[in-house]
Amino acid sequence: MSASPLIEIKDLRIRFHGDDGRITHAVDSVDLSVANGATLGLVGESGCGKSVTSLAIMGLLPKQSAEISGAIRFDGFDLLTTPDQTLRDLRGNRLAMIFQEPMTSLNPSFTIGDQIIETILRHRGGSRRSARDRAIELLRRVHIPSPERRIDDYPHKLSGGMRQRVMIAMALACDPRLLIADEPTTALDVTLQAQILELMRELKAASGAAIILITHDLGVVAEVCDEVAVMYAGEIVERAPVDELFSAPQHPYTVGLLGSIPRLDHRAEQLATIEGMVPNMAQPPGGCRFAARCPFVLDACTRVPPPLVEVSVGHLSRCIRAPLELLVS
Amino acid sequence: MALLEVEGLVKHFVAQRSLLGRALAHVKAVDGVSFSLEAGKTLALVGESGCGKSTVSRLVLRLIEPDAGMIRFDGRNLLALDAGTLRAFRREAQIIFQDPYASLNPRMTVGQILTEPLALHDLVPPVRRAERVAELLRLVGLEPRLARRYPHEFSGGQRQRIAIARALAVEPKLIICDEPVSALDVSIRSQILNLLRELQDRLGLAYIFVSHDLAVVKHIADHVAVMNLGQIVETAEADALFAAPRHPYSRALLSAIPLPQPKAKRTTVLLEGEIPSALNPPAGCRFHTRCPFVIERCRNEAPALLADHTGHATACHRTAELPSADAILPAAGGFSPVLAKLVAAFSQKTEGSSPAGVGIQYAASATK
Repeated sequence: MSASPLIEIKDLRIRFHGDDGRITHAVDSVDLSVANGATLGLVGESGCGKSVTSLAIMGLLPKQSAEISGAIRFDGFDLLTTPDQTLRDLRGNRLAMIFQEPMTSLNPSFTIGDQIIETILRHRGGSRRSARDRAIELLRRVHIPSPERRIDDYPHKLSGGMRQRVMIAMALACDPRLLIADEPTTALDVTLQAQILELMRELKAASGAAIILITHDLGVVAEVCDEVAVMYAGEIVERAPVDELFSAPQHPYTVGLLGSIPRLDHRAEQLATIEGMVPNMAQPPGGCRFAARCPFVLDACTRVPPPLVEVSVGHLSRCIRAPLELLVS
Repeated sequence: MALLEVEGLVKHFVAQRSLLGRALAHVKAVDGVSFSLEAGKTLALVGESGCGKSTVSRLVLRLIEPDAGMIRFDGRNLLALDAGTLRAFRREAQIIFQDPYASLNPRMTVGQILTEPLALHDLVPPVRRAERVAELLRLVGLEPRLARRYPHEFSGGQRQRIAIARALAVEPKLIICDEPVSALDVSIRSQILNLLRELQDRLGLAYIFVSHDLAVVKHIADHVAVMNLGQIVETAEADALFAAPRHPYSRALLSAIPLPQPKAKRTTVLLEGEIPSALNPPAGCRFHTRCPFVIERCRNEAPALLADHTGHATACHRTAELPSADAILPAAGGFSPVLAKLVAAFSQKTEGSSPAGVGIQYAASATK
């Protein structure tokens, strides 16, 4: 990893204030950084805070209900204190995002060309004519067949896989430095997923942009990420280079996740299960948030929240029992 | 004798009608599907969106009526049953749906949901029904006291358990599982898969398991049928199919699944283009527009589903000439030695806790 990261998140905390006065601790003390050209996977199950983290980076959380603290440094800005006007200049330009649902993230009443051209004109200016040429070029880069004709299609004429390509083309319109992809292939069939993942790899190699890939699918992580952060109940519980995470995980939650997925390359009579449920985030537990479900739990785990510590070079774990190898040797 | 035999099943939906109601276009959702299923076994129907796998599962239950074909269940011709005998048949075959948020009536308590089938089929005298409901809840790993709760008080995984309990209430021989774990989180998914397998062993159930996820299918199925655009393109014992997939489409599906193993050495078969519409399937072999091995014959002549002596059947003109599938198959031994030990330790420690413990704390706190 290079010396100065492209984006650096320090002690990010996000609380939501509900209408009923309840406060939900969505994200707690998250530290992350991504270097230029690297791909970070942000992994976890529903409600772990991975999507909320990405929305905070984009400045898309509702100001009335979300209380955010910490710092998100990107390209000389602290995104949390950047005025809205500047943020609007960054979004779609140097910062771009792809969402899960390609069916709902395009405006049905404009052609795909209009939507890509709008982005280009907003950030780059120039003539509509040249923006249109650029849009056609972008559609070609994401392998949409006959882009000169497709550019005038409305979204409903495109299949799910095609729409996701259009979303990617739009995100790439202004050569972003950072691309956030939130479950970009979850709504797609497997053969289309393979195409989109291949496309993302190809574009990353060509553009050198950094990618934060949010997913629940560990297979997708293994295929495209360089580094992984595993989130549980609003916290990062483990961070590691991708090879290490899969060969020697250092947090029991990661072990449980890896053991619970059916695999093509391994036959298990019984899959591992993680008993119990995620804690109620209105009153997160005092100690380790995974303690109630952890088979390796000690008394100390429930008393003090464990810090995220480096177990080996570049490999961090929020577990006082790490290194876990010692438990099984 | 097979529990379920399906032959030449056809279902075309009308996609467009003229002003006078004449059918102008048909979606050929299911077009000549045949298979059989033994009691106590699992057949997986695999394929992508729109391949007809869910339509087949509904046809088998006669939730929709086929246009042609034959379905025999336990020796009886299902298509000849009248309304009364059809209802009796439904006791023997049940279905679990993908979305446990939509498949349970939000106005009924879990107890009422589970009592309904008992009353409908008059299986248990009224005084003993509460007892039977408690038994069913225990069977799926939920505490009997939860019978008074409403579906919204449960998590997705718990709701899927309730849906399974409802299917089990009538003591069926066959359960159709239509993407039963697709809407669930990874760790919950494994709980439900383990439960389905355990119930099969205990109760001798047969499953038709409809799924797009081949890794899940490999884990649970005895037999697999791969579908593309309304037809079965390959069917075999699960072990045989996963060890040596033959049809180019099965290979593409298998190789497209991302492996949870960084730098896994294998080739991914990337299919070109989009899934064609079932409204207007390609002539000849329906896979020829995306097939990397296509030859002229494929464009004109539809291949028949032909079985070899082991019963492994493939619908491809080039079955004999295709290269070995070894390059696309994942290397064995997915777990590193350390991970294998850790997973074993993780599972061993959690084994002692009863399945009934799953998520009950949460359900309790949600009602406060």
